Amino acid sequence: MHAAEFVALIPRLRRYARALVGDRASADDLVQDTLERAWARFHLWQRGTDLRAWLFTVMHNVNANRARALRVHSEFDEDAPEAQFRPAENGLLELRDLERALADLPVEQREVLLLVALEDMSYTEAAATLGIPIGTVMSRLSRGRERLRVLMHGPQAAVRLKRVK
Amino acid sequence: MDDVTETDLQAYVDGQLPEARRADVEAYLAARPEETSRLAAYRTQRDALRELHADVLAEPPPARLVHAAEGIRGAMRARLARWGLAAGWIVLGLAVGATAGWQLHAWNSPVARAAPGIARQAAVAHATYTPEVRHPVEVGADQEAHLVAWLSKRLGGSVRAPRLAGFPLVGGRLLPGESGPVAQFMYQNESGRRLTLYVRNEPGSGAETAFRYAREGKIGVFYWIDRSFGYALSGELEREELYAVASQVYRQLNP
Repeated sequence: MHAAEFVALIPRLRRYARALVGDRASADDLVQDTLERAWARFHLWQRGTDLRAWLFTVMHNVNANRARALRVHSEFDEDAPEAQFRPAENGLLELRDLERALADLPVEQREVLLLVALEDMSYTEAAATLGIPIGTVMSRLSRGRERLRVLMHGPQAAVRLKRVK
Repeated sequence: MDDVTETDLQAYVDGQLPEARRADVEAYLAARPEETSRLAAYRTQRDALRELHADVLAEPPPARLVHAAEGIRGAMRARLARWGLAAGWIVLGLAVGATAGWQLHAWNSPVARAAPGIARQAAVAHATYTPEVRHPVEVGADQEAHLVAWLSKRLGGSVRAPRLAGFPLVGGRLLPGESGPVAQFMYQNESGRRLTLYVRNEPGSGAETAFRYAREGKIGVFYWIDRSFGYALSGELEREELYAVASQVYRQLNP
């Protein structure tokens, strides 16, 4: 029965939510809403497909609806020049700095980076989970990583990225 | 070598680069120390991201999340939604001019009574028939084919008696239910402990629900809906043991 699988996935969902939204209480609220919505829409899950990936899709939708409801929709333009970085005090890779820098990424880039780097999803899986083309996954991943690097190490670290294709 | 793309470089960081591209990417990087250090920074980033909330993975999850994962709050919500529906009917009732007090009473009662539903009835049937020494079942397991055919015919659908590890089938009986006949299968282990599986029609549901758990005194009940049948497995077992058996039932009915 799937209840046991849902329970087993809680730690993964919590960790991802924590990295996605930052604070513990909102992250757990997001996980709870995700699980409740998943049960309410369980008939939409296709038997034989990856339950974990589906739960991440549900979480993505719940989080997007929430952001919409809170009117904090990200107006981020993927092609805007990357300016105004807040350099870290030193170049050390401090986890606290990383957490702060991660929060500064546009949510679209954060999601892709976390699904790939934290959840070990293939690019194809990440694209399917978020319902976006794989090219978009690649450009968000590439920009997210570079932006994070600059936030952590200062603008002198910036390089011109190669084109994705 | 110049056809190495940013996608190749990202895939190199994530270990998703096709083997055939590896030599090209490595040759590309060998000639470009800046790119090499950029990718090294991404690798460090990847490791740091995994370290960042690693403690969350080790924590026992809060009870509210476990309940949500088990579908318990979902069940409560569904119940609330039914109340909401009832409330809608009350408003309609008022609009056509019926008296508010009577409507409230009339609509609320059945909803309130319907909530425990199958779990309660299954527990009552369990408590009624499991103590029976001479006639625990109407048709014994020695006539299983006949039993299953008979219950299927009466319930109007294909009913099956799942095999439970350590609890051989004793037999089954037909019971009256709120909305038609109900099948009860009884199982018993070597030490004489009995489990019952209560199966009834759930017309028009068509959906699948989560496993839910209820307790009536000493009797634990796991119940769920799968396609057009509602199932309830009852027994005086610990919740985890009963859950394991309920999972077996579910798996056998959904091969």
